[in-house]
Amino acid sequence: MKPVDQSAAADEFIADVQHERFHDHHLWDLRKGRDQARDHIPEWEMLRQLASDIKAHTLTHLADYLEEFERKATANGVQVHWAQDAQEHNRIVGEIFAARQVKTVIKSKSMLTDECQMRPYLAERGITVIESDLGERIQQLDDDQPPSHIVVPAVHKLRGDVAKLFARTIDSDPNNDDPKVLSEAGRQSLRPHFLAADAGMTGANYLIAETGSFVVCTNEGNADISANLPPLHVASVGIEKLIPRIEDLGVFIRLLSRSALGSPITQYTSHFRAPRDGGEMHIVLVDNGRSARLGMADFWTSLKCIRCGACMNTCPVYRRSGGLSYGSVYPGPIGVILNPAIDLHRYRALPFASTMNGSCTSVCPVKINIHEQIYQWRRIISEKQELPLLRRTALDVAAKVLASPALFRRVIAGVDQISREFPRALIYNPLNAWGLQREIPDAPKATFHQWWAKNRGADHE
Amino acid sequence: MTMTPMAPRVALFVPCFIDSSFPEIGVATLQLLERLGCIVEYPFNQTCCGQPLANEGDQKNAAACEALFVQNFAGYDYIVGPSASCIHHIRQHLDAIEQTAEVTQVRTHAYELVEFLHDILQIRDFPWASFPHKVALHNSCTSLRSLQPPLASMSEIRGPVFSKPKELLANVPGIEWVELERADECCGFGGLFSIFEEGVSAKMGYDKVDDQRRAGAEYIVSADMSCLMHQKGCAQRLGYGQKYIHIAQILNGDTA
Repeated sequence: MKPVDQSAAADEFIADVQHERFHDHHLWDLRKGRDQARDHIPEWEMLRQLASDIKAHTLTHLADYLEEFERKATANGVQVHWAQDAQEHNRIVGEIFAARQVKTVIKSKSMLTDECQMRPYLAERGITVIESDLGERIQQLDDDQPPSHIVVPAVHKLRGDVAKLFARTIDSDPNNDDPKVLSEAGRQSLRPHFLAADAGMTGANYLIAETGSFVVCTNEGNADISANLPPLHVASVGIEKLIPRIEDLGVFIRLLSRSALGSPITQYTSHFRAPRDGGEMHIVLVDNGRSARLGMADFWTSLKCIRCGACMNTCPVYRRSGGLSYGSVYPGPIGVILNPAIDLHRYRALPFASTMNGSCTSVCPVKINIHEQIYQWRRIISEKQELPLLRRTALDVAAKVLASPALFRRVIAGVDQISREFPRALIYNPLNAWGLQREIPDAPKATFHQWWAKNRGADHE
Repeated sequence: MTMTPMAPRVALFVPCFIDSSFPEIGVATLQLLERLGCIVEYPFNQTCCGQPLANEGDQKNAAACEALFVQNFAGYDYIVGPSASCIHHIRQHLDAIEQTAEVTQVRTHAYELVEFLHDILQIRDFPWASFPHKVALHNSCTSLRSLQPPLASMSEIRGPVFSKPKELLANVPGIEWVELERADECCGFGGLFSIFEEGVSAKMGYDKVDDQRRAGAEYIVSADMSCLMHQKGCAQRLGYGQKYIHIAQILNGDTA
């Protein structure tokens, strides 16, 4: 597949002033909300460390805890399945549904099923999946557009956009963009789907090895309806979502919603342990590259991610680029480090769509060193010759200049002369990326090197 | 101040972009260190620390540059440069070359100017300095979130609030601080990011200089001129009046 051009897509997003401004401000508000929520927790940094340590412990004993989880869940009456990759996940889910003549599924938001491209797979087999998360539903109605943020999937849309979309797709008033009216319209259009669904699907935020149970956190309650209304509940979960004990859960629950939205807790924190009477519960445990990443010395800690989206909210590049520009299910800083492990060629530009400012690392509730991993990915991309040719050539030239004092002096003199003597129109040309929207520094009378040679040189040359 | 045999022997590192575009910052750093009693030498064949290449992931090309840097700077008690990102590169990432004892010595003896003044020389008074202006502080992302220990606390972390640049400037008469709304959001420079991701970089820069303008800053001071170079370029293009100055210049007594 063609490499994603994040930069070009970001430029397009920026050109739409109204959307870019809203996106930046709205997400910055979430970051500020996160800071305020954090201020109420004196032990915040200790909690982050504890969460990070629990995840590190779990990931370094993953096989044992997964086996424990399977044992306990099975004993609870849950059917546990293992999927090595996206294809296997989709096949398993498809078979469960086919065996029970499922035609319609109501689904709570799950990034993993998006990662596996499950919806189109099931659609080809005559199974309709309706998204029940409002944001995700908006994206589904908009010609199956992917989510642009892992917590707020339609955050790049203005209310007016949603009003128009709903008028087109679910017959609401195009001129009423009151959020209450819009969410009510969304809710009413979903209700029949809830009632008619043959099966419900959810993801899970946490799998608890000790109890064989899992926990789903939402703010709309849609996961609870999806899981409880139809007789069949299938949960698709990445194997990294495991934590050892129910006692550990509080650490993550305290961090998750505060980091994501600035609220102390999600509206619904639902525990699922066993199928209800007469019903069925299935859990599909999905690897899809996770155990391979676990073996990567520089990148395995990215598996600690609890999908709070705090790194996106704080990321100045993400806020100005829009999530869709990353061309992936996981956008923003966490996407920048997850995606190259999935497809280096396709996502080779993403680690460069970062200033490596490190704010993502500092807000991460499980202390993933995101910006340092971005730096490491750049090395791999360079080693594997995945840098575009123009960029490689420029670096080859720059390296020769910077490694030779004599050449370096000649180049500086030349550049300074150009900037002093050439007319502005020639200097500010379309090839001069710096000068497109910025002024170039004035050339000084003398470089520091020349100043030193003139004023102090006698003793030192 | 007279020099004594105990005076620190400092190798002055003038980063490539300061050498070529902002020599006055190199001069201010030199004069300031000498005023404070250091014996300053300027390794004459220095070019660049290799950061622009290494940040692109290009270790192969960074190697020659790093080797040259070590050749120039090995053996000094202190290597001091007025740029956190370059010093961070030297300390944390100078690993494109074999890690000889010389390389390790260079990596462990490199200091950013503010931390050298604050932590090593432990100076708080610059009696010759005065700066009667409304000033906003810009801390580079590297100085906050990469350099260890950081130059200042950051808004993301819950912990004690501190700022080494502000401590150094605390006794400079006349400074009236103005606060930015997004004080430690990245300005979008990011080295070659500013070239290859020009659109996002410029937008971030515009937002930053807007924030400074709304706050009523006459001057923006920083320990990192690379961020300021980008911000200055943005402000000039937008026709804004605020000015940009390196902390070495204020501490050395420049009054603007």
